[in-house]
Amino acid sequence: MERFASRRRSSAIMMGLSTGVTAFGLVFLALILGTLLWKGLAGLNLAVFTQMTPPPGGKGGLLNAIAGSLAMTSLGVIVGAPLGMLAGTYLAEYGRYSKLASLVRFINDILLSAPSIVIGLFVYQIIVAPLGHFSALAGVVALAILVVPVVVRTTEDMLLLVPAPLREAAAALGLPRSHVILKVAFRAARAGIITGVLLAIARVSGETAPLLFTSLNNQFWSSNLNAPMASLPAVIFQFALSPYADWQQLAWTGALLITLTVLTLSVLARWLSASRTNK
Amino acid sequence: MADVAMGAAALVEERSPGRSKALASLKFGDLVFGRLTQAAAALVLLILSGVILSLLLGAIPAIRAFGLGFLVSEQWNPVTEKFGALAPIIGTVTTSIIAMAIAAPVGVGIAVFLTELCPQALRRPIGIAIELLAGIPSIIYGIWGLFVLAPFVQAYVEPAIIAVFGPIPVLSSVFAGPPYGIGTLTAGFVLAIMVVPFIAAVSRDVFDTVPPVLKESAYGIGCTSWEVVRRVVIPYTRVGLIGGMMLGLGRALGETMAVTFVIGNAHKITSSLLAPGTTISATIANEFTEADGQLYTSSLIALALILFVITFLVLAAARLMLARLERQKGR
Repeated sequence: MERFASRRRSSAIMMGLSTGVTAFGLVFLALILGTLLWKGLAGLNLAVFTQMTPPPGGKGGLLNAIAGSLAMTSLGVIVGAPLGMLAGTYLAEYGRYSKLASLVRFINDILLSAPSIVIGLFVYQIIVAPLGHFSALAGVVALAILVVPVVVRTTEDMLLLVPAPLREAAAALGLPRSHVILKVAFRAARAGIITGVLLAIARVSGETAPLLFTSLNNQFWSSNLNAPMASLPAVIFQFALSPYADWQQLAWTGALLITLTVLTLSVLARWLSASRTNK
Repeated sequence: MADVAMGAAALVEERSPGRSKALASLKFGDLVFGRLTQAAAALVLLILSGVILSLLLGAIPAIRAFGLGFLVSEQWNPVTEKFGALAPIIGTVTTSIIAMAIAAPVGVGIAVFLTELCPQALRRPIGIAIELLAGIPSIIYGIWGLFVLAPFVQAYVEPAIIAVFGPIPVLSSVFAGPPYGIGTLTAGFVLAIMVVPFIAAVSRDVFDTVPPVLKESAYGIGCTSWEVVRRVVIPYTRVGLIGGMMLGLGRALGETMAVTFVIGNAHKITSSLLAPGTTISATIANEFTEADGQLYTSSLIALALILFVITFLVLAAARLMLARLERQKGR
């Protein structure tokens, strides 16, 4: 009986601890979102979306940064996502057990969690240094490189979920292999693949480190891909570390905007994949 | 299948030349599409080798100037152009160790709570909240760490630590100096907060793979909840757990923005965790655009190379370990 009581006690202690750390974790996370809303909403007004980033002490908004982020993120995804889908298709449909496929899978998993600042330096070396100037184009390439591994992974996973009999049935009808993949397998895996692209957008829309040495920053409006371009994360980085209250306020507002974007994208992705599994 | 199609093509050719042309174009399209996907897969390899190659090329001036001494020198002086990587390397390792020491038990604890204790109704909302938070960009954690956590640590946590550990001989040097708020310890905290949801989400997923029958039979012979977790769930999911932690570690090692805000960027090695320090990624983020002179830039690229090699080794080791444990389990 003595032994049983001590076992019960140690179990109660450990389970209490795990409940405790969960509460602790949730409190911290609520704290982060709370401060973000509190400080971010204080500066949220129309000017944020209609005016350029101000000089220190001046009035202004985040228009050029928002536009820059939108432009570079969408271009990066347009370049990176199709490449990722093709590579994922190779892994799931053509290579599957080949040497090349297992090597690519291994490397892709490493790129998936490789430090993004290193990717920024890589793009600096291959684009910024030879051209002699920072450019939005380099930012786009850096983001595209970050998009690829995410999309490769989800595309492969989703194609592997498509039942083999579906492919066999299509092949038995005489469809060539590319049609089996594009018209049958892709269609069956569509929601999952879109989910992967959404997750990739969420991942790169907050990336700061790879943009610091590629697209740099720009205090003014720019639609020139061959020149430095402002982006929300880079502006947040610059403004938050500055001593000016106005700039810090804009940094909080920008942080709130990014977080809302990322959360919306992730919720959308979840909802998409949930609606797929319910069917 | 291809043989049959070809045979059929030969057969129809006699009857209708148009049809064989269509079949040939389909075959051609097949070939193009297959090669295209293969090329895209090869691109992934190309990116990796490109990253390594370009960093190596960029680091050559620094390697030539400092040799292996780069790895063990503490000096970082842009004026005299003397550079050494020891301080950032130590900073990266220390902050990651602090982060993992906090995040690993907390993350697994959350996963245990979610799979064993949590009421069914709360399970999904808490799980979703954690997954969403794992996706929040690191710059958000950085700005929060700078404006909220650092002042709090300076005002409450560090004075308390100094008061408690100050009189103890060895620990007093680990927690020496005035409470700045900004420094290695705070950076470790922010990293931990960032990595917790990540580890919790992965651990929860692996715990969910335990067959209910195993747990039920353990409960059936009278095990307590803790014994079920300790003797059944954790041994069964060891593989995935280690993988999840290694991924978390890889993330902590390479994390830039969350650390750059709160570490203080000081190139010196002190025994104190309270003093400002630096990490590899923070050094690069802070100094790269302002670096003038080939040697300065090259030294920063050499730092990036070191970081990439470290994270590559951690992530590759995780994969290989997983593969070995997987084989053991199969036996």
